[in-house]
Amino acid sequence: MIFLTNLINGLSLGSVYAIIALGYTMVYGISKMLNFAHGDVIMVGAYISFCATMYLNLPAWVSVILAMIVCTALGILIEGLAYRPLRGTGSLAVLITAIGVSYFLQNAALLIWGSAPKVFTSIFSALGSSISLFGGELTVTWEALFTLVAAVIIMIGMTLFTGQTKVGKAMRAVSEDNGAAQLMGINVNSTISMTFAIGSALAAIAGVLLCSSYPALMPTTGAMPGIKAFTAAVFGGIGSIPGAMLGGILIGVIEIFGRAYISSELSDAIVFGVLIIVLLVKPSGLLGKKITEKV
Amino acid sequence: MKMKIKNGRLSPYTKNSIISYGIVIIAFVVVSVLNGMGLVSSTLQGQLVPICAYIIMAVSLNLVVGISGELSLGHAGFMSAGAFTAIVVSGMLEASDMPVIARFAIAVVCGAIVAGVLGFLIGIPVLRLRGDYLAIVTLAFGEIIKNIMNIVYAGVDSHGFHLRANPDLGLEESGRMLLNGPMGATAVQRLSTFTAGFVLVLITLFVVQNIMNSKQGRAIMACRDNRIAAESIGLNVMKYKLMAFTVSAALAGMGGALFGLNFSTLLPIKFNFNTSVLILVFVVLGGLGNIWGSIIAATILTVLPEVLRQFADYRMLAYAIVLILVMIFTYSPKIKNFTQNFMENTFRKKDKKPEAEGGAAV
Repeated sequence: MIFLTNLINGLSLGSVYAIIALGYTMVYGISKMLNFAHGDVIMVGAYISFCATMYLNLPAWVSVILAMIVCTALGILIEGLAYRPLRGTGSLAVLITAIGVSYFLQNAALLIWGSAPKVFTSIFSALGSSISLFGGELTVTWEALFTLVAAVIIMIGMTLFTGQTKVGKAMRAVSEDNGAAQLMGINVNSTISMTFAIGSALAAIAGVLLCSSYPALMPTTGAMPGIKAFTAAVFGGIGSIPGAMLGGILIGVIEIFGRAYISSELSDAIVFGVLIIVLLVKPSGLLGKKITEKV
Repeated sequence: MKMKIKNGRLSPYTKNSIISYGIVIIAFVVVSVLNGMGLVSSTLQGQLVPICAYIIMAVSLNLVVGISGELSLGHAGFMSAGAFTAIVVSGMLEASDMPVIARFAIAVVCGAIVAGVLGFLIGIPVLRLRGDYLAIVTLAFGEIIKNIMNIVYAGVDSHGFHLRANPDLGLEESGRMLLNGPMGATAVQRLSTFTAGFVLVLITLFVVQNIMNSKQGRAIMACRDNRIAAESIGLNVMKYKLMAFTVSAALAGMGGALFGLNFSTLLPIKFNFNTSVLILVFVVLGGLGNIWGSIIAATILTVLPEVLRQFADYRMLAYAIVLILVMIFTYSPKIKNFTQNFMENTFRKKDKKPEAEGGAAV
């Protein structure tokens, strides 16, 4: 039963990573940049939700929607102000700018909300603490359950969105060939903005879910999950949406199992060790496309 | 590079290197004199050794990112390895009556060797990958080194050196803990001085500039510019990339040793992803492959938070904004075009005038 509990916790943490990794992988696919500020958008989303419930006494679901709206606006703003002027230059320049944005968000949060950790009230607290299964032998928290459900819904939604809708197809077209997409009459600028908007909205959801399970909220809360999610995106093959989901879930499960059965101090090292081994065997990630170089 | 010495004159490469060393020496003398006259503020004084360490880190990372063309996000890991090795070695030698300079030198050399070996071992798997995948694996190794340093305990007593993964080392009463897991190293004897830092910066410059101007250096750059072309003319790409990576790691270990021996306490968490990124910022801001750019960027960005102190709480926010603006102004194609056009227009007017006058005269 402990095994099952760990598995559920791992799947739940992995779902959060997967939702964050989706944002990473979509942005990477479309603009070939590593958006290191993505982890900090998570933190902003969590703070917005925290403030909405604590200070404005709004119901939990409204606070989530509010966080999504703010993060969407933030994502579009960041892309327009910081990344768009650098489009077409080397990926390193954009990478450093993304790091600058990440510093900016962290320090702005530090000024606004202070460095002391805030205790985030779970958005599912109204439902009670947990549910018991198998005559009380297995307890599953509502947070874990809803995180899993949310991840599944988001995954199905994203697959349908990129596969069926016009905007989603435009996104795939831009990520495949920017120039050709433009010639076909796709507005590349608005498509990229749209990608950032969706990625940031997902980040807001991830932030709320993460802080519901792990309630300490600080300006640096988003940093480590951001790195892990980035790892997850690469693990699954960066640029691939199912890859991000698979990578996220696996990273979460490995982390929780590593912590439970091997060493709590070395859980991160185990995650990264597995990543290294996988990349050495499959150099473009689990579901990544292998691109052959032409001379 | 047709002839090293032509009619008794130095080749342009040698000349350039001598100018570089000259500038560094002059900068050192100026700062030392100012320091002697008491014109350097105490906060800046405390920054002198870290500046040297960061210069070494930036120049060594430039060897990988700029000259070898591989994005590395785990440079702080090598810094960590160098720093803690140096601390342990210096702590073990503390009992002996060796002169301080010799102790410092041995500690730094050991730090560089350990980091270099680590770089070699990590480089073998890492350099099989390309692009962003390579970057993430260096990040992973950096995090693993940080994690391992978090659980390493080391101590020394009359029986010798003890190294374990738990705090129970079974030391004698006279023994001394050197590494305390997550608490890092405490009560480190501060051996680093500004002069030592300056010497190490010179050594780093010497190594990197000589590599750049050597046959191996040109091979490394050829592999960066076009891997397939380099392979087709018979260069062993893996070998040259590994060479750059190992040398860079060893130099980073040296920088780490200098950094580690400058503080009385040092936590393993200091060498996290943020530190790796900070060094990368120096390199990219200074210009890829540009050694001078790295030196200047490392110096300015280490001093900048101190200069921005007047903004008090807003100083790191100001730092972030400065960073974003500098990146946009240096790299944005629109702004580049604008300045180019502006320069061309102003210069063309100046060039045209005499031409027009000349035409009128004919």
